[in-house]
Amino acid sequence: MKIVSDLPSPLTALDRPNSYIGRAVPRPNLKRLTQGRAQYVSDLVLPRMAHVAYLRSPFAHARIKHIDKSEAEKARGVIAVVTGPELAKVITPWVGVLTHLKGIKSAPQYAMAVDRACWQGEAVCAVVARTRAEAEDACELIQVDYEELTPVTDPETALDASTPVIHPDLGDNLTFERSLDAGEVDKAFAQSDAVVETTFIFGRHTGVTNEPRSIVADWNTGDQRLTVYQGTQAPHMMQNLFAKHLGLEEHQVRVITKDVGGSFGVKVHTYADEMAVVALSKLLKRPIKFVADRLESFVTDIHARDHRVKGKIGINKDGTITAFEIDDLTGIGPYSVYPRTSGIEANQVVNLVGGPYACPNYRARARVVFQNKNVMCQYRAVGHPIATAVTEGLVDLAAAKIGMDPIEVRKKNLYADDAYPVTAASGIKFEKLSHHAATDKLLRMMDYKALRANQAAARANGIHRGIGFASFIEVTNPSAAFYGVGGARISAQDGATVKLDATGAIFCHTGVSEQGQGAEAVIAQCVASSFGVSLDKVRVIMGDTDNTPYGGGTWASRAAGIGGEAAWQAGKALRENVLAAAASILQAKPDDLDINNGVVVDKGTAKERITLSEVARICYFRPDTLPPGFQAELVATRHYVPRNWPFSFTNGIQASYLEVDVDTGFIKLLKHWCVEDCGTVINPQLVDEQIRGGIVQGLGGALFENCLYDERGQMLNGNMADYLVPMAMEMPDMEIGHVVSPTADSELGAKGAGEAGTAGAPACVMNAINDALRPLGATPMTEMPFTPGRVLRALGRV
Amino acid sequence: MTHHYDITLTVNGERIDGHVEGRKSLVDFLRDDLTLTGSHVGCEHGVCGACTVRVNGEVVRGCLMLAVQCDGAIVETIEGVSDTGEIADLQDAFERRNALQCGFCTPGMLLTAQELLSQTKNGGKVPSRDDIREHISGNYCRCTGYHAIVDAVEAVAVARAGRSS
Repeated sequence: MKIVSDLPSPLTALDRPNSYIGRAVPRPNLKRLTQGRAQYVSDLVLPRMAHVAYLRSPFAHARIKHIDKSEAEKARGVIAVVTGPELAKVITPWVGVLTHLKGIKSAPQYAMAVDRACWQGEAVCAVVARTRAEAEDACELIQVDYEELTPVTDPETALDASTPVIHPDLGDNLTFERSLDAGEVDKAFAQSDAVVETTFIFGRHTGVTNEPRSIVADWNTGDQRLTVYQGTQAPHMMQNLFAKHLGLEEHQVRVITKDVGGSFGVKVHTYADEMAVVALSKLLKRPIKFVADRLESFVTDIHARDHRVKGKIGINKDGTITAFEIDDLTGIGPYSVYPRTSGIEANQVVNLVGGPYACPNYRARARVVFQNKNVMCQYRAVGHPIATAVTEGLVDLAAAKIGMDPIEVRKKNLYADDAYPVTAASGIKFEKLSHHAATDKLLRMMDYKALRANQAAARANGIHRGIGFASFIEVTNPSAAFYGVGGARISAQDGATVKLDATGAIFCHTGVSEQGQGAEAVIAQCVASSFGVSLDKVRVIMGDTDNTPYGGGTWASRAAGIGGEAAWQAGKALRENVLAAAASILQAKPDDLDINNGVVVDKGTAKERITLSEVARICYFRPDTLPPGFQAELVATRHYVPRNWPFSFTNGIQASYLEVDVDTGFIKLLKHWCVEDCGTVINPQLVDEQIRGGIVQGLGGALFENCLYDERGQMLNGNMADYLVPMAMEMPDMEIGHVVSPTADSELGAKGAGEAGTAGAPACVMNAINDALRPLGATPMTEMPFTPGRVLRALGRV
Repeated sequence: MTHHYDITLTVNGERIDGHVEGRKSLVDFLRDDLTLTGSHVGCEHGVCGACTVRVNGEVVRGCLMLAVQCDGAIVETIEGVSDTGEIADLQDAFERRNALQCGFCTPGMLLTAQELLSQTKNGGKVPSRDDIREHISGNYCRCTGYHAIVDAVEAVAVARAGRSS
């Protein structure tokens, strides 16, 4: 933990006054959210602003023979009615591939369908009007002559010779395939005491951010600049893409992101209808607003998961896991999503299966196929819930087969806490994990023995309860190995610029952004701690490409570990600059001074020498009194990118306690626990709440959420009444604990924490359900969501 | 489809004269016509609760009520109850407990929680965690996992019960 080297022993940087690292300080500026004074994009109104509504394809796959927009153009309030071919003159299409995903392919995607609609919900015509209601009214007057084409809906048959190829130029419906073979898998299975095989099925999910996707684009012909107000996770990435596809220079585009009503990966992608908005603004030379309504969200926000994984595990009687093998198949819609691709999730599943376990024999295949359904892409904990459920499901089934306690099997096979660094069978590298310490802590928190006794007592009374575990690893702090190496202009580094204002307060401009995780608080904590002022003296500026250092934004649990380190380093650099100025004023040596609570003090004695506001006053207003040749620099910028490890892997373990009503099939969650090791914990409360929120998102996938499609590619439950999401009543209380293994890659030592909850919860619930039902002779449940009907079928009752 | 109606109502203590389309929802009227953007539009079909406001003292879904139905009514939004200080303790508790992340559900969540708390204050029974969970079960939060919200509401319930006893 290099953070300690900031000051000589026995004091550490964390003992400094104004150390906020590790403290659960409240997030700054929450009052604007609790008082209804936030500024979400959906709240924004600009002069001359018009609204767009899209006419969307009712068919999953259809040729657009003719669009008659004449009636719509005459409708009340209508400013313009624009078709795909007309818009294609303003904005170029894109292809969502990356060079490091070998062989991945996709077809050019246009902002609006040009001659063919490839999923139900793809925009085929835009109406711009004074109000959204008028735009929607006019959409009803557009006549489209469609020729319905055969849709490809089932991933299992997408590669069959008899299945139509969605993009004939690509030759087949295979987007991406990856195979891996490590160790001696066949030999290991042959020599195992037992082998278990099963198939896991994961439903299609979608993010259901509370605020739908929202964007206002304002092309100003006067200054030839495009200003885009967008609820995005990656403002600089979007700046690049808007410029690239509109034929502008990047400096002609400004992306502003204020409050964002939820993201979870949904808002880190390029959406055709949002690209259409910027193009419409350029075409019509006025601000255009688009806010997806909930029905549009369901058929256009990225979907995720939807994997079928055949899994196999070998085990010996003593509990040693001998081999893992998986075959993953997933369908991603008609396009690989730009610019991150839709191959990443399956790639991640290959990387992560078996992840916590020291087993050298691992074979995997993943295939990603096109379909005529809504696009699929990265959503919170990309691939993790799939990989964890497959791994942990197999481990539990294997434990049951040899009659061993599921915890004992895990302890037998988890990497030893002193084994690191380690390269796993899949090739991923672990710097330092703490599976055993985390497991031991979890067992203490949940009082495992007592819980087993409670379970047995309940069962004696005809109540069927189950305990399930899920060990997991989590990819965080992605370096350039994630996207940059594949050619995408998605920044792995982030910067922070800090400056002392004229009153002694600190402004910090950062490239990471805030969608509710608390990034603003974490950045403020890092700067206040490393510079030496109280938190209320720090103001964080984010989400504005004109005014923040170039950066990646907030996704893949990178804001604290990468943005936080940049802020920490920038705060230290500014401290040096300010102390140089103070030393000049005081005729002292900079090394003899320090900053505490906004005051320059003598290092060691903490005797006050001069206030920051006085330093700032002299430097800004009376620089003539400084010694000749001395230039005060009350601003500093630092950048940070992980260099030694492509990712900071975190680890943890979750446990679920639940009750299954064997007459109705309903599952009641009683309690949930999670222990996670995300390295240095900057703000324990924020970390705990990231984990809790993540757990509930995972529980949603395990129990309720599923995008249902019929064989014609029609989404059947595209509204919140039919697509079930977790509400308060069904959710349990959740206890969170920590083990701390800081990454040595940064001084701060922080890893990410945003995916952990979602990664482990579905596996945990699955194992708990099977634990509850096993004595009843039920078929093991491996198809999510675990609906009451499926529970009753597993029990043979229906 | 585009019939307009004149309505008069009180919003956050101010008299408002409105001229609205018959089809316009209350939340669209508040947001678009009055620029009271604290009430949010999440699902527009009564499931998520982001549009929650009070009409004549009762919590309603702003997306399921039409503006014309509010002719003569007293409407209160998050901005109004914030300014009066009515829920200052609840807002403080949410901030301290980090019972919100993106904050989009928060105005609706606060008004819904206040409805429960106002039923139970003045010596009434402090609601259990299950009571709180049930009462807010019509308000969707994707970020927090609800645990923190339940903690915050519970803390205020206990504090208010203590104060009134």
